[in-house]
Amino acid sequence: MKEQLALLPQYVTAHLQLTLFALAAGMAFSIPAGIAITRSPRFERPVLAVASVIQTVPSLALLAIMVPALSALGLRSIGFLPALIGLSLYSVLPILRNTVTGLSGLDPALTEAARGVGMTPRQQLWRVELPLAMPVILAGVRTATVWTVGMATLSTPVGAASLGNYIFSGLQTRNLTSVLVGCVGAAALALVLDGLVRALGAALVGRRRSPLFVVLATLGVLYAYSSVTFVQGLRRSGPDRIVVGAKTFTEQYILGRILALQIEKSTGSPVEVVSSLGSTVVFDALRAGEIDAYVEYSGTIWATIMHRDSAPATRAASPTTRAALLSEVSRFLESQHGITVAGPLGFENAYALAMRRGQATGLAVKSISDLARHAPRLAIGGDYEFFDRAEWRAIRDIYGLEFRDQRSMDPSLMYQAVANGEVDVIGAFSSDGRIAALDLTVLQDERGAIPPYDAIILAGPRLVRERRDVLAALSALAGRIDADEMRRMNLAVDQEGAAPDDVAARFVRAESP
Amino acid sequence: MHGNGRPGPPLERGSKCHAWRAGKREGLYYSGVIEARNLTKQYGRVTAVDGLSLTVAEGELVVLLGGSGSGKTTTLKMLNRLIEPTSGRVVIDGQDALSVAPHELRRRVGYVFQRVGLFPHMNVGENVAITLTLMGWDRGRAAARVEELLELVELDPAAMRERRPAELSGGEQQRVGVARALAASPRLMLLDEPFGALDPLTRDRLQQSFLRIRRTLRLTAIFVTHDMVEALLVGDRIGVMHHGRLVQVGTPSQLLQAPADDYVRQLMNTPRRHAALVDSLLARPSTVAQGVPSSVEGRDSESS
Repeated sequence: MKEQLALLPQYVTAHLQLTLFALAAGMAFSIPAGIAITRSPRFERPVLAVASVIQTVPSLALLAIMVPALSALGLRSIGFLPALIGLSLYSVLPILRNTVTGLSGLDPALTEAARGVGMTPRQQLWRVELPLAMPVILAGVRTATVWTVGMATLSTPVGAASLGNYIFSGLQTRNLTSVLVGCVGAAALALVLDGLVRALGAALVGRRRSPLFVVLATLGVLYAYSSVTFVQGLRRSGPDRIVVGAKTFTEQYILGRILALQIEKSTGSPVEVVSSLGSTVVFDALRAGEIDAYVEYSGTIWATIMHRDSAPATRAASPTTRAALLSEVSRFLESQHGITVAGPLGFENAYALAMRRGQATGLAVKSISDLARHAPRLAIGGDYEFFDRAEWRAIRDIYGLEFRDQRSMDPSLMYQAVANGEVDVIGAFSSDGRIAALDLTVLQDERGAIPPYDAIILAGPRLVRERRDVLAALSALAGRIDADEMRRMNLAVDQEGAAPDDVAARFVRAESP
Repeated sequence: MHGNGRPGPPLERGSKCHAWRAGKREGLYYSGVIEARNLTKQYGRVTAVDGLSLTVAEGELVVLLGGSGSGKTTTLKMLNRLIEPTSGRVVIDGQDALSVAPHELRRRVGYVFQRVGLFPHMNVGENVAITLTLMGWDRGRAAARVEELLELVELDPAAMRERRPAELSGGEQQRVGVARALAASPRLMLLDEPFGALDPLTRDRLQQSFLRIRRTLRLTAIFVTHDMVEALLVGDRIGVMHHGRLVQVGTPSQLLQAPADDYVRQLMNTPRRHAALVDSLLARPSTVAQGVPSSVEGRDSESS
């Protein structure tokens, strides 16, 4: 808890930067655009329609889309930029719509009077239309403010830090205090910013100097603070700064931190861990040089990056040994993407079908072949991507599995779900400590449908070119974590409530002579 | 005299109104003669104003009288280009109105709106001073002018200057509207049913105030109304409009005595009938004269 709260200023600052810059960009676009389309009404419908369509894209998807879109444009595709653009787009509609409503809802007698007393169109806009529409426009800004603060918590998976880091990691590691800190922090921030905009409106309407000055000064300070810290952040990410990535589950949080500590210990370089990245985002980020290293699984590269249909390949080459697949994956990454495998950590985290030991014994199920006979009466659960993955299709087709029910659920909940009997089988991760802790049994894959999933440290091109010392530090971890060690560490976080960073620190300390 | 207004009385340039005027004299102001030549406004196939020609002499007040949809307001708005004419010309002081930037033109022509149109986010003082602000007057000078104008329209500057339009009664609002229109010392005023929305007593007081101001400043004015009695009361000449055309232009007595057509005759009969009715009521012995409004003088009672 203490070390989590220590991160609070950093996350609040990052959240504030995202929100304030996105709102500034949203207003800078939407208010002039709103003015323009009230001047030429034939654009009103198409422009508002586009803004509405953007709004209908689920916010998480909108942010995720930014990553490949920016990547295609050759821009920095993870971190601050995609989050900023996504949030800015999202803030457009409320501000734009309220600007249009506010301006077109003005009493025509007033706009005519403005012309009648001799105002130019510009004077009419600045002296009459905008002041009178201002309360409606600011109401739109308030809506956008609350939305943007909320949606900024979703920028964690695209690599931008925010209060969402508490929520994402808290949900994955079942740390509800962390989730609560993130939610309460975001809510408080939303209330404060919303209150400021409301106070700005009240001060403008009341036309009293001193409250207006106070509100503007507060906003000015917030913007200045965000800009200064943002520029400092850019400076800090200098050439000797190493960035380690991590996906969005417990094991990755622990391993990301272990990598970071190892690099810091051996080279003295500052290391930043960007965690909770989406699993395709993280590979693209490594390839693009936006992160320098992360832990991947050989089978994932095999199935999702190399697009090997694991079923025929594994059967044809059966038994595809861990070593053979690993060397093929290494060659592929080296030649196609310039990515180096710094070494296998020494354990596998494979997909595995697991069920309650008691039920498996009762049904006399030891292998996936045995399961196939009972499957039509059973329900299977898997994480969100499991049923879309090539591995699942291979298992299903090779063994002819046909379940009564198939349910996607959060990986952190699925072990409890099978233990409680809500589902009968889950697509588990073999390194998860909860398999043993909850007395589950892993079914044998005797026909080799599931490829091996060696945990491997991937190092980006920059490390090979410029930072051999970092590469050496990472290679030193090869073979140092076996399956038992990993399960124990995962269990410490998932069941015993330890912080991933503490577990990682303990590991690195124990490893040191 | 159908359509073609005859020339008015001889012009009196440099008359006493200049002595009153505190505003700057740059020779930019029009002499007060306004002339519409063959003014036409079409909305698609509908002709709102059809070939209207009218000349107003300096210091003259011409009423445009007609029912709703007769084109009188459209005509008025074309004179200061709030509505651009489809064809025809407006000549003010010998200068084509189309050759001047619209906002420049409107600053020199006072306009009083039927719906007043005071800016709700500005106080009374700022509303009155708006044209001066647009023209770049400094604060002190504008404030002095505002005080003068509020006194002219019989409002107490000290009590009124800081108030918001929403806090004023209808009559007070329109007095402020008149003051605003007079701010830049225009010699030409256009008034669009300025007192139409007011109760009869308030309307009467504002009419009297306006007539006094007009005399003091020797304003040339065009005054739109649908109220026959108001037209007879304020107009030096009355132009009757019907279906977008100017049917007849003449002094009130000319119109009463020699209506040009049935429409004008019917129009002139209305006040006659009303007068006859009042006369017959007065003639009855049981009716006392106090039932009839006897005086229209006196300070505002329109304040709320």
